[in-house]
Amino acid sequence: MNHDAYDDNYIRSILNNVKSIAMVGASPVNVRPSYFAFKYLAQRGYDMIPVNPGHVGKALMGKPFVASLADIDRPIDMIDIFRNSSHIMPVVEEALKLSPLPKVIWMQLGARDDAAAEKAEAAGLKVVMNRCPKIEYGRLSSEISWMGVNSRTLSSKRAPIPTQGMRLSLNRTSFGGGQTAASDRAAKNKTETT
Amino acid sequence: MTDRLPGFSTLAVHAGAQPDPTTGARATPIYQTTSFVFNDADHAASLFGLQAFGNIYTRIGNPTNAVLEERVAALEGGTAALAVASGHAAQLVVLQQLLRPGDEIIAARKLYGGSINQFTHAFKAFGWNVAWADPDEIESFERAVTPHTKAIFIESIANPAGSITDIEAIAAVARKAGVPLIVDNTLASPYLIKPIDHGADIVVHSLTKFLGGHGNSLGGIIVDAGTFDWSKDNKYPMLSEPRPEYHGIRIQETFGNFAFAIACRVLGLRDLGPALSPFNAFMILTGIETLPLRMQKHCDNAKAVAEFLSTHPAVSAVNYAGLPGDKYNALLRKYAPKGAGAVFTFSLKGGYDAGVNLVSNLKLFSHLANVGDTRSLVIHPASTTHSQLDDAAKVKSGAAPEVVRLSIGIEDKEDLIADLDQALRA
Repeated sequence: MNHDAYDDNYIRSILNNVKSIAMVGASPVNVRPSYFAFKYLAQRGYDMIPVNPGHVGKALMGKPFVASLADIDRPIDMIDIFRNSSHIMPVVEEALKLSPLPKVIWMQLGARDDAAAEKAEAAGLKVVMNRCPKIEYGRLSSEISWMGVNSRTLSSKRAPIPTQGMRLSLNRTSFGGGQTAASDRAAKNKTETT
Repeated sequence: MTDRLPGFSTLAVHAGAQPDPTTGARATPIYQTTSFVFNDADHAASLFGLQAFGNIYTRIGNPTNAVLEERVAALEGGTAALAVASGHAAQLVVLQQLLRPGDEIIAARKLYGGSINQFTHAFKAFGWNVAWADPDEIESFERAVTPHTKAIFIESIANPAGSITDIEAIAAVARKAGVPLIVDNTLASPYLIKPIDHGADIVVHSLTKFLGGHGNSLGGIIVDAGTFDWSKDNKYPMLSEPRPEYHGIRIQETFGNFAFAIACRVLGLRDLGPALSPFNAFMILTGIETLPLRMQKHCDNAKAVAEFLSTHPAVSAVNYAGLPGDKYNALLRKYAPKGAGAVFTFSLKGGYDAGVNLVSNLKLFSHLANVGDTRSLVIHPASTTHSQLDDAAKVKSGAAPEVVRLSIGIEDKEDLIADLDQALRA
């Protein structure tokens, strides 16, 4: 598995197939990136569970915080880890004790732990590192193009009209688009030097 | 299955433009509207708080402009782009994100005369200081670095003489200094040179020139390479610090590798206001679809005209990197093997007066202050674009009194050569 560059189809299949997402490190503060991503994914219809021991007793968009993955009362498809690279491994180890196992470990933009990824992949999980599911969803549905962002996709097919709360057109097949190789290299150099 | 990577010409036609979701229109619609309705109060709050992607007001973003932005980002290999009203507006918005009063930018001495004016006078009034360096002497960039340096600015193919800049060498200076390299890629267009592949962190364009290509619409654009770590030394508080305009959001932390383009949009364009008309965006988009075809023809015509002039008895020198003996020919083969662009200068044995006469005797070439049009253009920089510089600065920037600048169009090259020949004899 090449964790420097993911095929669109790999990301697309994850975002199309997971239904419940536990977000470890979710913040109730409405200017934090985790809050942005939580709200966005909840509005796209994912069953979101905020995990943060510092906020138990509070709720995020009506969803009560839980202290740890073990406290979640239902199977989870994906764990989105909003923590620094140095805090990834314990979360992955906790995830691997769950039954049933989650299907996907997702580490947020800026976070990467290759050893933790290897461990999760050995247990049959899919892993995404150093990406944001909100950005990837926006990119593959072309919604992010409204902000002038290079979605790196091309398509001659008409997209459904986007409305709040519905899944956008992740299922459209699209042709690869413009590349951002320079940015990918810079990200790799950054994670290697930190 | 690995995604297939499309080529440049495919991106020039398709990137950013999908059939309109509402109507199915295949050409990009002109969304000539100031504003966009919100679904409800929460949607409005989400958009204003940068929590959701979407449209609010055309001064911040517009769906027609967004197609243009994504297309140029794709052609340059950047993560995102922001279209603005002109190339000058692009430079203003970029530097507003990077400089505070008392900060400095190092700029190549060989720049478009309008940029030299903007940096020297308008930006100085903001307390943004410029240190000039010579792109033919890389050490001059190194010597200009100070603790106040916040960016380095160069042109890939430099106005007015079409000289080729060693982008990689200057990118290395920028990396060592811990500042971003900004490259104005207007004269090359991404068809000839992709500065991001050579180490640029930000690319700017006057879209008015080869990208739009038809001399009918002003526009500018900023491309974010997604390569620079804005938070590393806290040197760039617009990107790394909590922004009071947005309740304390940190732009880089929130937007990752397209944070610079977002900062330009939500802190620059929103507050400074130089928005691009959606109609202009449409015209420029249409132009970009034929960029690869036009640019090759521009280059082929320019080479033929430069070869003709280089043997003409009235001409003392031709500065065109595409000529084998030119001092920039080696850099050209490295950076722009497809061609040397269409803007170059030549010198007349008859000096200033011969320059003025030539311009008035031409019948097909238009005398005006633009480049990158389908039509061939001519100007005498010493009496026009560079007239505000003193004599020494004119010479240093390549606009000495005997120099004439051409922008070669896509007409038949035989007709262009015949026009120059009759005007030089007249």
